[in-house]
Amino acid sequence: MRGVLAYFRRNPSLTVGIVLLALLTLFVIVGGLVVDTEDARPLSVPALRSPSAEYPFGTDRQGRDLLAVMVAGTPLTLRIGFIAGLLGVGLGTVLAFIGAYYRGFVDTIIRGVADIGLTVPGLLVLIIIAVSIKGTLTVNQMAIVVASLAWLYPTRTIRAQVLSLRERGYVEVARLSGMSGPQIIFFELMPNLLPYLAATLVNAVSAAILASIGLEVLGLGPIDAPTLGMTLYWVNFNAAMINGWWWWWTAPTVIILMVFLGLFFLTVGFDEIANPRLRRAA
Amino acid sequence: MQAAYIARRFGVFLLIVWLAGTLNFFLPRLSGQDPVRTKLLQQAALGGYVQGGIEEMTREYERRFGLDKPLWRQYLTYLEDIARLDFNYSIANYPRTVRELIADALPWTMGLLGTTTLLSFGIGTLLGALLAWPRAPRWMVWLMPPLWALHAIPFFLLGLILTYLLAFQLPLLPIFGGYSAGVTPTLSWSFTWDVFQHALLPALSIILVSTGGWALGMRGMMVTTMGEDYVLFAEAKGLKAPTVFLRYCVRNAILPQVTALALALGQILSGAVLVEVIFGYPGIGTLLYQAIRESDHFVIQGIVFTVIVALGFTTFVLDVIYPWLDPRISYRRA
Repeated sequence: MRGVLAYFRRNPSLTVGIVLLALLTLFVIVGGLVVDTEDARPLSVPALRSPSAEYPFGTDRQGRDLLAVMVAGTPLTLRIGFIAGLLGVGLGTVLAFIGAYYRGFVDTIIRGVADIGLTVPGLLVLIIIAVSIKGTLTVNQMAIVVASLAWLYPTRTIRAQVLSLRERGYVEVARLSGMSGPQIIFFELMPNLLPYLAATLVNAVSAAILASIGLEVLGLGPIDAPTLGMTLYWVNFNAAMINGWWWWWTAPTVIILMVFLGLFFLTVGFDEIANPRLRRAA
Repeated sequence: MQAAYIARRFGVFLLIVWLAGTLNFFLPRLSGQDPVRTKLLQQAALGGYVQGGIEEMTREYERRFGLDKPLWRQYLTYLEDIARLDFNYSIANYPRTVRELIADALPWTMGLLGTTTLLSFGIGTLLGALLAWPRAPRWMVWLMPPLWALHAIPFFLLGLILTYLLAFQLPLLPIFGGYSAGVTPTLSWSFTWDVFQHALLPALSIILVSTGGWALGMRGMMVTTMGEDYVLFAEAKGLKAPTVFLRYCVRNAILPQVTALALALGQILSGAVLVEVIFGYPGIGTLLYQAIRESDHFVIQGIVFTVIVALGFTTFVLDVIYPWLDPRISYRRA
């Protein structure tokens, strides 16, 4: 226990990241117990009240209780991020291992697609995909749309890692002692990559949340879900800034800030575990 | 050798253009949406009565837009059209073509994005280099935490906060748009000043965020470079500190930054689209936002295609000048 605490002191980024995300989780859990999330629907409370004892975060123009919106919306936004991030890193890992371990023609294709795909502005491609889908999106569909590009970056970075790992002595020994390709991948390479995969996952989740919020602000999100991005869409739609309804955008902004800062510091912390050489730079 | 390298890079660029066009053509058609009918029904509803001839009108417009021909024919026509940068008429603003709309918006975006990217790349790289340099002033250490924190924030979110602070609470800067309402764009000092004032907040929100990213990257590279033997040798030779700093450390550490710039352009652009929406800045992003609200598919496709091609071309240019920056890499196949 003391060792863990000492480690957290040595790795302040990880601590800050975990604390921020823990605060958010606490907010969602406690909020879910205290607040009636039905008030996140339009017309359930009086419109445009500034924060008060009854409505601590205020209410919006369509009569949503913003506290309820935040309690209901934060997990939705995080869910989009996690589904898309997991799908992206999962697919990326598989492709990276296939490419980097077996090399050859398949590798050229995988690498080419990832390299070209990364130079294209992802949000615009996602817009074309989202516009093409008939009807309004659900939260899960939204996650899948975002995941459709979320594998590019993980594929590229994990592939580079595998390429350097496969030249190590212990992989050579495993190969000489007759282990098959999949065995080497699962028992020799994977365990060594785990911290790196964790850092990549956090990154991917953060990127996916950013992409989903971007789509939502543009009006391509799940219109009837109270996600953080949709809240910002309504803020922009109703010109809340110019009208001086500051509480409307303050709550989602603060929560989104916490999400991104939390995830960012978590990646920095993980990076330090995955790549101890960074400690010299810090 | 050089020609072959450039030709190969250009081939990749053409591939991107073709892929963007193809994606643009097939994805919306998979969905079975019907923009012409939707638009006509919308118009009819606005007119207050339901017209009888909607079906005939839909058919007539589909004939005019060429939507009744077989798919492969439409595809070929489409490729031919986009090769000439002809993206058809805007459905929502009918008499205007998509090309006109994009041509109006593009200078705004290119001006905002070009300036902010160059500035943040320059400032960030220099700052990052100084942060790693042991002889830099002590107070610079205090810049690190805010740079890190800013770096993790999306552009548009910082934009919201800045607007509130600098345009709403302290009305120093205009809150919205690319120039004051009611002013006709002319080449005069007062108009330029007006445009500058309006661009300041969007630009600031992009610069503050991305400078941190470039500084972090550069600092990491500098730490590695400063450990190299040739830097030690340069110091041992008694070269002046600024020479060692600029010609030995920065010169080498900046190379991966340029590669990163080529990769980051797409992300910067995605972020800038949202900044424009938040600020109502009259560029590509705002045009896209309006097109999405009006389901004006031709405009959406035109923008996506134009932007992908423009970025592909920028990447191509960066690829071509990169070996010139780094003489260790020749134009040979890597």
